[in-house]
Amino acid sequence: MYERIKKVSIVISKGSLDGVYPGLIMGNGARMEGMDAMLFFTFFGLDAIVDSRMDKITVATVGNSAMRMPGGMKMPTLLGMLPGMSAFASKMMKKEMEALDIPPVREFIEMISDSGGEIYACKAAMDMFHLTKKDLCPQVNEILTVGEFYERSAGAQIIFT
Amino acid sequence: MEKIESKIKQLDFDADGNLVHLEDWDKEVAKELAKSEGIELTEKHWVVIDYMRKVYEQTGDAPSIRKLTKESGVSTKELYSLFPGGPAKKAARIAGLPKPKGCI
Repeated sequence: MYERIKKVSIVISKGSLDGVYPGLIMGNGARMEGMDAMLFFTFFGLDAIVDSRMDKITVATVGNSAMRMPGGMKMPTLLGMLPGMSAFASKMMKKEMEALDIPPVREFIEMISDSGGEIYACKAAMDMFHLTKKDLCPQVNEILTVGEFYERSAGAQIIFT
Repeated sequence: MEKIESKIKQLDFDADGNLVHLEDWDKEVAKELAKSEGIELTEKHWVVIDYMRKVYEQTGDAPSIRKLTKESGVSTKELYSLFPGGPAKKAARIAGLPKPKGCI
């Protein structure tokens, strides 16, 4: 019998819908299982905790070769670049997620924070995008350097998404 | 109390420690199950337990934490402090239900 995982430290580095949600679901799931969870948002993943952007997370339809149309038919990748395609695909996916009780990004971040999960922003990415603490949603605990990230992750399984 | 504890010992549990036969459950069993988790049941616990049982009856699965907090009036923070160390799973166990199937 292996020892149970006690803590996870999840890095969210992508800003698309499919880039953000896996980390949120895994972080929330860890708390549900009674594990400690910290989420570290970096690069475009920061969009999920930037107050003015977190409600506008969309699916990338360009270059997504696994994209399918409603009904399951494979979508030719060229169609992904048509105007409105990303918005349409995002709307469809959000509808499906709502039906599964997967909350919108803002509510999900609140839920994870309320459950005792910790939310951190990456200092390097913040500087790169000229963002400051006041651009972030109130649930963000702190902005961390990579060194601090490793310190806080002591004893955790680090998961990069 | 001893009698009830021995009653619990006679019941069948699955690998997760949840009751196998839903009909074995009653409020006394719930109290004993809670005690085994180190939880003393309060009125707020019962709100959660009653709500979970109601949803299970309707859908065949325990509610997600999101649904639970939205509809039972118990907030996420409260829920985690009522059932420390895994609220959905622990609440389901005390409510005499199988482990929840959802991911959220």
